[in-house]
Order: sequence, then C-alpha cells, then structure tokens
Amino acid sequence: MREQPIHWETDGTSRVPFAVYTDEDLHKKELVRFFYKNHWSYVGLEAEIPNPGDFKRTVVGERSVIMTRADDGQVHVVENVCAHRGMQFCRERHGNKKEFVCPYHQWSYKLQGDLQGVPFRRGVRQDGKVNGGMPADFDPKSHGLTALKVATRGGVVFASFDHGVESLEDYMGPTILRYFDRLFNGRKLVLLGYNRQRIPGNWKLMQENIKDPYHPGLLHTWFVTFGLWRADNKSELRMDAHHRHAAMISTRGSAGQATGDKAQVTQVSSFKESMQLNDASFLDIVPEPWWQLGDQMPTAVMMTLFPSVIFQQQVNSVSTRHIQPDGHGAFDFVWTHFGFEDDTPEMTERRLRQSNLFGPAGFVSADDGEVIEFSQQAFETKPEHRMLVELGGRDVGETDHMVTETLIRGMYAYWRQVMEA
Amino acid sequence: MVSFETHMALNRLYADYALAVDSGQWDLWPEFFTEQCVYKLIPRENHERGFPLCTLSFTSKGMLKDRVYGIQETLYHDPYYQRHVVGAPVVRRVDGERIHSEANYAVFRTKLDQPSTVFNVGRYIDTIVQTPEGLKFAERLCVFDSEMIPNAIIYPI
Repeated sequence: MREQPIHWETDGTSRVPFAVYTDEDLHKKELVRFFYKNHWSYVGLEAEIPNPGDFKRTVVGERSVIMTRADDGQVHVVENVCAHRGMQFCRERHGNKKEFVCPYHQWSYKLQGDLQGVPFRRGVRQDGKVNGGMPADFDPKSHGLTALKVATRGGVVFASFDHGVESLEDYMGPTILRYFDRLFNGRKLVLLGYNRQRIPGNWKLMQENIKDPYHPGLLHTWFVTFGLWRADNKSELRMDAHHRHAAMISTRGSAGQATGDKAQVTQVSSFKESMQLNDASFLDIVPEPWWQLGDQMPTAVMMTLFPSVIFQQQVNSVSTRHIQPDGHGAFDFVWTHFGFEDDTPEMTERRLRQSNLFGPAGFVSADDGEVIEFSQQAFETKPEHRMLVELGGRDVGETDHMVTETLIRGMYAYWRQVMEA
Repeated sequence: MVSFETHMALNRLYADYALAVDSGQWDLWPEFFTEQCVYKLIPRENHERGFPLCTLSFTSKGMLKDRVYGIQETLYHDPYYQRHVVGAPVVRRVDGERIHSEANYAVFRTKLDQPSTVFNVGRYIDTIVQTPEGLKFAERLCVFDSEMIPNAIIYPI
C-alpha cells in the first residue's frame, strides 16, 4: 500500500498532483468509492435491447455486467460472474437469450439473475445409493447472479452495485437533469452504431477533457476556424451542487476571423484563415426544435456525468461516450451514436456525416486521445509533480464564459471530499 | 470474369494504393478515387449488424482532400509510419463497367522509437471502375476487425 497520502500544494484544487493519475492502489480505491458505491454508472441505451431476451455485455467500472430485457419488458443489469466458481460466462457482446448458462458446470440463470438450475444438485444415483449433490440446505434463492440497481430515464440505462444509492434524479441534481432531459426528452432513440478506442491514460483525464472549455478553441482547428466552439461564443458552464457533474453549453458564433476586442480568439496558430472545405457538407448544420431551452438555442451541450459517461450534442451529432477504466493508466472509450425515431432520412445522413468530426479518427476528437496519452506519459515520469489548473482563478463556480478551468477544479473538490474521507 | 489484362491492372491498383498510403505523400490518396466516390472506414461490428455509423465516412473526392488537409494541418497527433500488407484481390462479380472485388489487409504502425505493432486489420470491399486515367475506386469500404482502436487513426487505411 502507498505510505504517503497524496500531497496537494494548496487547500484547493488548482494544483492537481500527477500522483492522482499514477498510483494503482489509489485507482482501486477510486473504483470502490466512485464506481461501486454511492454512484450511478452508465450502462447503455434501451434501444440497444429492444426485445425481451436481448442483452448487451458492458462494464461498471472494471466489472463485467450484462444489461438485459426480461420477459416482463423490464431492464435488468446483472454481474457477469457465475455464482458458483466465478467465471465470466458471457462472452458475446450482444445477443438474445432465454436464460444465461455458465458453460463450466452449466449453472443456469434467469435473465434477472435468479439461479434456476444446478446440475447434480441432488446427487447422482448409482447402484442404489445417491452420490454427492449439494448440501441439503443449499438454497438457490441466495445464489443468483449479483443484480445491480437499475434506473432508466429518457431511454438511457444506469446501474449501481449499491442498492442504497440515491435516486438517479437526485444523483444528477436539477441543473444537470434539465440538460439531460433536453437531449433525452422521451422520444425513442435509434441506434446508429459504435466506435471503440483504447486510450493509454488515466480515466479521469477524459472527464477533464470535457470539463475543459479552454482547449477546444485552441487544439481543435475545426472548432476555432468554423466557429463551432471558441472563446468568443456565447457560453455557460454549469455544475451540480457537488461539482462532480457538469454541462458546457455553447452557441455557435461566427466563423472565420474575429475582429475588434475579440480578435485574440483567432490570433492562435490553430486558426486557419484560408481554410476552405472542398466539401462543405461536413458542416451542413440544421437547427432542431429540441435544442431550445428557455430563451436559449445552444448548438453544443457537453455533459459530464461523473464518473462514467459523457453525453454529447455537437450541432446535429449526438452520442454517449462511455468511460471504461482498465487500471490506472488506460481506459476504453466507447462511443454510441444515436438519432431519434422522428428523424428524417436526411437528418440521419446529416448526423452520420457530422460524426466524421468525432470518435477515434474524428477531425476534432482524434487529438483528444493523443493529448491524454502524452499527458499520462509525463505523469508517470514524475508523480511528485503537479499540474496547474488556474485559468479563471483558483475557486469553483459556474460561469457565463468559457475562459476558465473551474469545472476541473470542481471535480477535484468532489474527488478530494470522497477520497480523503 | 475479367480479362487477364484487367486482372493485372486490378492487382496493380491494389499494390499502388498500399504503396501510396504508406509513402507519407498524402496527396496521392484521393487520386485513387472517382469524383463521386465513397470511402468508409467501418468497424466490423457495425457493418455486420447493419449499423450505418462509420469511423470515417466520405462521399466525395473533395472530402478525401479535406481529410488530407486535416492530416497535414489540423489534426494534432503523434507521427507514425504505417505499412499496409494487402492480400491478392478477389473479383466477386462484374456488372457492366463495375468490378466488385475484395482483399484482406493488415496495417502495421510504427511510432518513432517504438516497436512496430499490428494497428488495423480487415477487409477491403471495393467497387472499381475503368476511367480514362485507368482503374479507380468508386467505392472502398475498409471493414476492420480491430474494433478497439489503439487510441487514434489519423492516416488513410
């Protein structure tokens, strides 16, 4: 075990120690405190399992789980660990089954996880006597698969190993719930497909990436040049009361060179004044009625739900991005793109075309994974060092601009509260 | 199904494509395609389950040129070499002027100061047409088994 607690230079969280990304014991403690207790994790969309018997294998933290729809139409999430010898019996990533059977000794379970069959439970009769069998007091009811608590809202499925966890709505809090309900407003979702990437960096760095409105208008040329996301856009940063979840809300401004007071936002090397697309259909953006929220019409809302998921609306491209840790130094990042049941074929095409900006090869997102990898490389070489997160001050609070790293400070304020308890 | 000459030209097209996309001269890549082309890089899972989402989906030569600009000017990334090893193309059918062919491929990635690794393996599913400049891809689907992408794909497969 680590001898020294993590050293923070200040009482606040504007100097984040590299050691929060490099320590395996700390990582295991994070898994317990953030993924296995007191928190909800994203597991998928109801649209992925539309019919009774459908299942999808995924993870909560680093534990393998299966999201299923039982005969009663209800969504269940069970752990992919046989109650007998612990084997991860489900190997398919998706499918349709009437029951789960562990091939090792053929213990069988209902989709809800109830144990229903144990071969040779009552022994094997041979030459007039019964050999073996389970003890007389063996009770199948107490040996089902571990069933997680499940909550669904707007077609999105969350699960928790902790049956005492607060309601999903309380977990999100009213501020974040409002943005969640804007995107998942009850329309049926249509699955468009998946992208998967393995990023060799600590999982928190991906939460931070989407709590960092400083970088998109600098790292991502497309965003700054075409005005999709940059510091002179009308924007807001919102958080839940614990500062663990956040929403970055932005409304697309003008493309091209900014003038006057705002000129500095395009005086960066990533801005390409002469950049012209050969094919402008990448940016064939059509506003949708559901974007409206109060008197606002945001073109981008990026939500981070701590610890496991990001919900993306970037113009017409909508997706969930599932963070799946694998040790302290890597995570799998699974993108699920979707549309809505009332989308026209043209809108579906548009969402698919705009998805070229995102994902592991995207014009915008490919470099996010790269910078995370190179950050982790440095952390590993000097864990006693720390980063500087002081744009916009050293405190934590909501803002009506994006020239701040307040959301990262907020996340670490929550992190310290939970991890130092 | 196709003449000996056409078959030779087809083999030459596949070999030239592999050499071009491994050369680092990215401007060569769009020239293997017709103006109204389709280029898709798609995980095998999406392809087989009928999901339309691609990792990259381009529907004109202009989009390929925009990707080249992205590689050269806008996408920040770790530089790497890539090396394609492409199997012999198999002609599945010919309708009129359109040749439908397939080939297995493997792409190795070598980052500076790092060992070479298997980066992306899959199958090309192509539609090829004869043009005054020779055979061109009207459509190239790269259906890849390597669904868990090692961080990022920047260069053309």
